Amino acid sequence: MHVEAKNLHKSFGSFHAVRDVSFGLEKGKLVGLLGPSGGGKTTILRMLAGLETPDRGDIYFDGERVNDVHPQKRKIGFVFQHYALFRHMTVYDNIAFGLKVQKQPKHKIAERVEELIHLTGLAGMEKRLPHQLSGGQRQRVAFARALAPYPQLLLLDEPFAAIDAKVRKELRTWLKEMIGKVGITTVFVTHDQEEAIEVADEMIIVNQGKIEQIGTPQEIYQNPKTPFVASFVGESSVLPDGRGLKGFDHVPQDVRILVRPEFVELGTDAELTLPSASQTGRVKQTYFRGNHWLVEVDLEGKTVFAARSLEARVIHPGDRIGVLIHRLYVLDGDNSIMVENRLKQDPMPVHI
Amino acid sequence: MAGGMPAAAVQAQAGVPYRGVLQEKKWVRRTLIGVALLFLALVLVIPLIFVFVYAFNKGIEVYFASILEHDALKAIRLTLLVALIAIPCNTVFGIAAAWAISKFRFRGKQLLITAIDLPFAVSPVIAGLIFVLLFGVNGWFGPFLAEHDIKIIFAFPGIVLATMFVTFPFVARELIPLMQTQGSQEEEAAVIMGASGWRVFWSVTLPNIKWALLYGIILCNARAMGEFGAVSVVSGHIRGQTNTMPLHIEVLYNEYQYTAAFAVSTLLVMLALLTLAVKQWMEFRMKRYGQGEGEH
Repeated sequence: MHVEAKNLHKSFGSFHAVRDVSFGLEKGKLVGLLGPSGGGKTTILRMLAGLETPDRGDIYFDGERVNDVHPQKRKIGFVFQHYALFRHMTVYDNIAFGLKVQKQPKHKIAERVEELIHLTGLAGMEKRLPHQLSGGQRQRVAFARALAPYPQLLLLDEPFAAIDAKVRKELRTWLKEMIGKVGITTVFVTHDQEEAIEVADEMIIVNQGKIEQIGTPQEIYQNPKTPFVASFVGESSVLPDGRGLKGFDHVPQDVRILVRPEFVELGTDAELTLPSASQTGRVKQTYFRGNHWLVEVDLEGKTVFAARSLEARVIHPGDRIGVLIHRLYVLDGDNSIMVENRLKQDPMPVHI
Repeated sequence: MAGGMPAAAVQAQAGVPYRGVLQEKKWVRRTLIGVALLFLALVLVIPLIFVFVYAFNKGIEVYFASILEHDALKAIRLTLLVALIAIPCNTVFGIAAAWAISKFRFRGKQLLITAIDLPFAVSPVIAGLIFVLLFGVNGWFGPFLAEHDIKIIFAFPGIVLATMFVTFPFVARELIPLMQTQGSQEEEAAVIMGASGWRVFWSVTLPNIKWALLYGIILCNARAMGEFGAVSVVSGHIRGQTNTMPLHIEVLYNEYQYTAAFAVSTLLVMLALLTLAVKQWMEFRMKRYGQGEGEH
């Protein structure tokens, strides 16, 4: 289903939860609503479902305005943060509920429930009650229950928040696969950027009730449009200004600068790809991050972080080392602009 | 404690008896338990046994004769009838109030929660007097009622009203905390799947609250049948007509018919025991189905 939201507003008392939110979702896409807690993501999701009414603005499903359509008639599947499984019903009855409400014939219900139980890998659990299941299993039941009545839009509210880290990663992959198989337009809410980047086809970044940016994970990661997105998505350090950073003297003087560790290279002149574009810094601290080192470097009184491969020579706090910043982001008012290291453009290209 | 070593090992090593932080010395424990049990026996168990001993001390025939006597039967019938009207009313009210309080946001919610407790705070005698002041001959509606020949005070409707007032909070009180912890997400899930409001209530809400509801009803029933103060004020004590069981027992007692008084009392005592049994059973079921814990 094609979904469109136009200028949505919602307040709870004096709290303006959602401000002028507009977006369009293409059919079959898996969209992540990403933002800090309390930023209005869940409210947007609940308005799509009809659990909250927007104060202003319109919602369209396939071009039809649904503001006044009751949630019962919206053909939506909803997975709650804590699943909200019917605690007195078995797994089977939970999944069958939506079909029973539609008054489907018994054999059809049995067929559909069976199909979903296999799809979600819950075979053998049909007779269990929710409190007899693990977190991951409950999530699967919630997912199967939401999908059973053939919804046209699937909404997931923090679907992995209540599950421990190890199972969460498995479930993410599983969920993406599952939604791919079913081919349903899906929106999920998360405050975990890693999760959004990994799962979503498209991300909507929400902060303080407003949309900061819409785009694919790559677009948002590589080309953040606002200072908030630049600092919220990905790891970064923000500097008060860009003075003294080699290769960036063309950057305006009084703007904040954001540097991502993966764009900072460390090493001796022999190790660096372009020693002429580098400067010397002092290692302040190193942090082991499992699959890489995160190195804190003092650079002309500024602190930047750099990612360093485990394969590279081990460095220690106090070492002096060459620092090459490949690119950085200039945070100018409401905009964020990517700037390349000027000295990286070879001063004497070979073809001259 | 002791780096996760089993208690027995610690005990063997240290050579002193192992005690938990909250385990007092033996004599303290024994004295406390003894005092509690003694008190329980003196105040609760002995009087209860005494009721039965007295009821049967002139033989089983006298016992049954006292219960099956005309006025006693009338009192039992009246009590049952009052309960039959008051309890469904308070059940419907209790569910409605608990629903409103736990599922909606509205002004005056805190006031409603406090108001529900009013009958617990007000002395039953005063509750009875309120109705006399409202519906009595010299009360607010007195002239109007006299004109239309409707009798409320010293008649059946008054007894029902007084009973309803006194038993008003029981069902709501049981349901509100449970429904508040359960939240309304299950209901929302059902609505999104297309269920109507009625369907949501019958297949989601009611099964989730049924044990608490049942307990509320049972408590309400026990109180409705046992209420003395408020009913005493509005009933007028007309034998065989407006005497409920507790009032009938008082009349018998005042007439020195101790055996008969205790015989009818045993019925109320058995009601109390049944209430306790149902409570125990309900708590067992609640635990089994994990209500009020875990998931939310």
